[in-house]
Amino acid sequence: MTMLEVWKMIGTYAIVFAVGGALCAIAELLIVRTKLTPARILVIFLLTGIALEAVGLYEPIFKVCQAGISVPIVGFGASLARGSIEAARTVGFAGAFSGGLVRTAYGIGAAVMMSYIVTLVFNPKSK
Amino acid sequence: MSQKSNALKQRNEKYNNYINTVTPMTSIPKALWHSFWIGGLTCLIGQGIGDIIKLIAPSMATDMVANITSMILVSVAILFTGLGFYDVIARQGGAGSFLPITGFANAMASASMEFKTEGLIFGTSTKLFTIVGPVVVNGIVWSTVAGLINLWILGMY
Repeated sequence: MTMLEVWKMIGTYAIVFAVGGALCAIAELLIVRTKLTPARILVIFLLTGIALEAVGLYEPIFKVCQAGISVPIVGFGASLARGSIEAARTVGFAGAFSGGLVRTAYGIGAAVMMSYIVTLVFNPKSK
Repeated sequence: MSQKSNALKQRNEKYNNYINTVTPMTSIPKALWHSFWIGGLTCLIGQGIGDIIKLIAPSMATDMVANITSMILVSVAILFTGLGFYDVIARQGGAGSFLPITGFANAMASASMEFKTEGLIFGTSTKLFTIVGPVVVNGIVWSTVAGLINLWILGMY
């Protein structure tokens, strides 16, 4: 690895940290300042991701911010929209309904599976 | 009559003052800083996992790397939820702990664990999506709309 590559990587990681942190700070500010519940805020960020992907702005942002924007729920929304749009283009009308789920099924499948296993193994902590 | 409403007003005022003294004062800058660094760190870990996968399997497609990264993040978050670590993070992190995909996973796992006592079918399986339901439903609905609009405007191929 050359010196330049190392600096580039440090730069990327700094951007990832800053962007991801900033998104969460915005969400926190929304909680503190408004009466929005976390579920509503999650939906707002999700819809932002879908809208960004739908108008084609997500891809250029992702090139710069990487995991900073794909790990927050914005990335989940963008992934759903991306899958739906891609499938609609290749399969047609029916693809729009399945594409989003197919693309995000990896994460959701793992989450459902793991939740079930964890529930079987652990008992809830009494608070 | 007016005396009665006055007394009511006074009582309400007293009650509101009491509520203000009881509600814990959270300092906004501190809460923002905590959610900033916890959220940032989560994203940083996600980026790190992706880079490691790329290092191990350089021929893997970018989409697949992203999929496996989110699978690992989700699994670790759920494991942490089960072990009770995630609560500790969430108490500090606020939005930093629920906005990333790990928070999504935590919400799922904690709901399913909480209702374990009501049985695996009507407890766990029913309540699994209680908190993340809005995200999944809105996500599917609006992404489908996005796909249909895209198809309608640009056409196939």
